[in-house]
Amino acid sequence: MGHFLPSNHSSKANTLTMSAVQETAFQEKIDAELKIEAKDWMPDKYRLHLIRQISQHAHSEVIGMQPEGNWITRAPSLRAKMVLIAKVQDEAGHGLYLYSATETLGITRSELIKQLQTGKAKYSSIFNYPTLTWADMGAIGWLVDGAAIVNQQSLRRTSYGPYSRAMVRICKEESFHQRQGYEIMSKMSNGTIEQQEMAQDALNRWWWPSLMMFGPTDSESAHTSNAMKWKIKRGTNDDLRQLFIDRTVKQAELIGLEIPDPDLKWNPKTKHYDFGEIDWEEFWEVVNGNGFCNKERINNHIKARSEGQWVREAALAYSEKKQNGV
Amino acid sequence: MSNNNLPTWEVFIQPKTGASFEHAGNVHASDKEMALQNARELYTRRQEGTCIWVVKTEDIVSSNPEDQQSFFDPADDKLYRYPTFFKVSKKAKGL
Repeated sequence: MGHFLPSNHSSKANTLTMSAVQETAFQEKIDAELKIEAKDWMPDKYRLHLIRQISQHAHSEVIGMQPEGNWITRAPSLRAKMVLIAKVQDEAGHGLYLYSATETLGITRSELIKQLQTGKAKYSSIFNYPTLTWADMGAIGWLVDGAAIVNQQSLRRTSYGPYSRAMVRICKEESFHQRQGYEIMSKMSNGTIEQQEMAQDALNRWWWPSLMMFGPTDSESAHTSNAMKWKIKRGTNDDLRQLFIDRTVKQAELIGLEIPDPDLKWNPKTKHYDFGEIDWEEFWEVVNGNGFCNKERINNHIKARSEGQWVREAALAYSEKKQNGV
Repeated sequence: MSNNNLPTWEVFIQPKTGASFEHAGNVHASDKEMALQNARELYTRRQEGTCIWVVKTEDIVSSNPEDQQSFFDPADDKLYRYPTFFKVSKKAKGL
């Protein structure tokens, strides 16, 4: 019968069936816990979701170098300085692993950077808060990296192969970050009164933004449902946030610091800590560009990128010259 | 914003002497020297390797995942390539 139909009609029908078949096969693969690789067929929405999520993750690593870079020249000892430099270098590395993973989805590095600089792509809002004292280096390593680790450990099982492999590599390196932060906090909270106050003040300022890092509550999150069905995300925002809180409360107790939440208490029924209301208004203000440092972070990025432009041009010119045997 | 993307290079690392090289990821670089140095900075900050290979991504030839079945078909029905295919007396040692 097919040949009685106009040819374009028939081919359109075929394309539709074809993609439905492909989508079923794709979902079966995901359900069987098999990884999707760059050259495999995938729905456009899966590809776009990954580009958005992985690039946001990459941008966070790169922008995240700024609040800590702020303290490299003022680190209190040579040991602390070496460690902080190594940590910031790791963040750069993590950004690059993740850009590489994003590029496998068919988008170029310069397009990704353009999206960051024009505000089309986001990065984690936590990096829009300023780092006021040395204790903030402790709080960031302990809380911000701690929250990131909870998220990243879960993402090792993400369905997209290149993303999963980047997460495995990052998790191996990240635990040093959290331990160095906790070491700073525990030294300060065992130090002079001023140091103890500084540590507590850093915890007070970084606690709530750290909880916000997991994103909106599940009922409000625009991206959760497909992401769970496709196994891009393996834990919901709320579950991961709870896991982080449960882990961190005891760590705070151990070094004598107090979590700034009067509603925080152990719930023997759920076997989790209950906690107070997160200020989502603040969260959205910062996401939408009105945090303390949003402009400064992006302006620094634009400046660094444009100041390095001549280096990339010179390197390319040199390589062309050598190829032409001049 | 310029679009001068430096070309990408795939990075393979030998974790220790005598081991196979394994794919680690890729780097952007304008030439092979820069590719090697970037690969070292990015993938071996914790002594992960004894040797690195880099090769331009565009020079890699890959089979197509969509052709997986037909492409690997020739190996499908040749169980005699496995030692368990052969029945041998249990008394025969060292086989």
